[in-house]
Amino acid sequence: MHLTLEFGGGLELLCDAVKIHDVHVEPPVGSEKMTMRDLLLWVQKNLIKERPEMFIKGDTVRPGVLVLVNDCDWELSGQLDTTLEEKDVVVFISTLHGG
Amino acid sequence: MAEADGKAQKDAGRGGGRLCCICQARKPALKRPKTLQQICRECFYAVFEAEIHEVIVENRLFKPGERIAIGASGGKDSTVLAYVLSELNQRHNYGLDLFLLSVDEGITGYRDDSLETVKRNEMQYGLPLKIVSYKDLYGWTMDEIVKMIGMKNNCTFCGVFRRQALDRGAAMLKVDKLATGHNADDIAETVLLNILRGDIARLSRCTSITTGEDGPIPRCKPFKYTYEKEIVIYPLTPISFYYYFSTECIYSPNAYRGFAREFIKDLERIRPRAILDIIRSGENFRISTSTRMPEQGTCERCGYISSQKWCKACVLLEGLNKGLPKLGIGRTRGPNAEPKQDQMPNGSRSMASKQCGTLDF
Ligand SMILES: [Zn+2]
Ligand SMILES: [Zn+2]
Repeated sequence: MHLTLEFGGGLELLCDAVKIHDVHVEPPVGSEKMTMRDLLLWVQKNLIKERPEMFIKGDTVRPGVLVLVNDCDWELSGQLDTTLEEKDVVVFISTLHGG
Repeated sequence: MAEADGKAQKDAGRGGGRLCCICQARKPALKRPKTLQQICRECFYAVFEAEIHEVIVENRLFKPGERIAIGASGGKDSTVLAYVLSELNQRHNYGLDLFLLSVDEGITGYRDDSLETVKRNEMQYGLPLKIVSYKDLYGWTMDEIVKMIGMKNNCTFCGVFRRQALDRGAAMLKVDKLATGHNADDIAETVLLNILRGDIARLSRCTSITTGEDGPIPRCKPFKYTYEKEIVIYPLTPISFYYYFSTECIYSPNAYRGFAREFIKDLERIRPRAILDIIRSGENFRISTSTRMPEQGTCERCGYISSQKWCKACVLLEGLNKGLPKLGIGRTRGPNAEPKQDQMPNGSRSMASKQCGTLDF
């Protein structure tokens, strides 16, 4: 599955200062669909190079990190249970610094 | 076209097929933390701007004909504030002359980048920009100060110097008031910190939407009730100002404030109203008559408002220039050894040290 991931608000610094990542991600073995839960694990493993605690807390994003799936607040689509589809655009923005 | 329609349908399915609870017509794009309403992008811009207009009108933040400086750091809050204020000023005929005011602390690789963002705002919104620098005002850049004192108390210096620098910049611009980008999350965090520090005087002051009315330049916070989440989402649009600066100050090891911030964000996740509730509790604290407030005078050295003989910036500068950088940190010694008036019980320790990169109260 092809996805576009965008990191902002300082989170890009955790992944080699690259803001936009075009990636190919496959659903976990034995599953047909890919959820945000799966994507977070994949991002942690493959894109985050330093200070993962700035991005993840427990099994979800750290409070203060906004997530948008196709320009839509993920709180409306089920957060971790949001099902991803081909060519989705997922944006992660930290609200924590820079006044 | 067919593909776009298909995509829209899929997304509608993912969102539960619900419609915006304001217009009942479009697909919702966000959940408002303040009200838990699910609303569409268009309605969001409308209510976001309308609420700020309401806050400005209800609290009489500005008077027609006033000159207003916007404390601009290049970060998200002040960038959005500059945009929204210039929009509302035109839309509702506030009759204000708006200016951008930035402080150059002299931090290589941090402030020079964010000042570029402010310069871009100057062009985009057509607001005149004034930059005041620590080097010009005090003879020291933050880089030089850190070289001398190390990383330990640098936020103290930066906080004291920035506050005064903004006042001086505002005086140079001859403005009537300074508007800052402090948002509801910032204020809730400051309430909490003042409780943790037992700083009663600041606790009652920090929730005021306008402060310093008795001083040279009053300050106001049009975003007092605006959630940080909405300020971050607001520019994520076709509007061309997605551009703001978002890196932590390299000299900002303020872990204590960081924990308070994280605690607020944890609370917000469980109960979004918690942020407004904390502000409300701050507002409801009243100072008991037994707590003496410091009396305001002026600094004998530079004329800045001060409750003591010398203002905090002059004490810190004296230390730097004499090679005694600890002067003015912790228990006060030196020029203020004999207090002019009764000091606050915690007078010399209670300075605000808002994380660098944001403006202090
Ligand atoms: Zn709507
Ligand atoms: Zn002074």
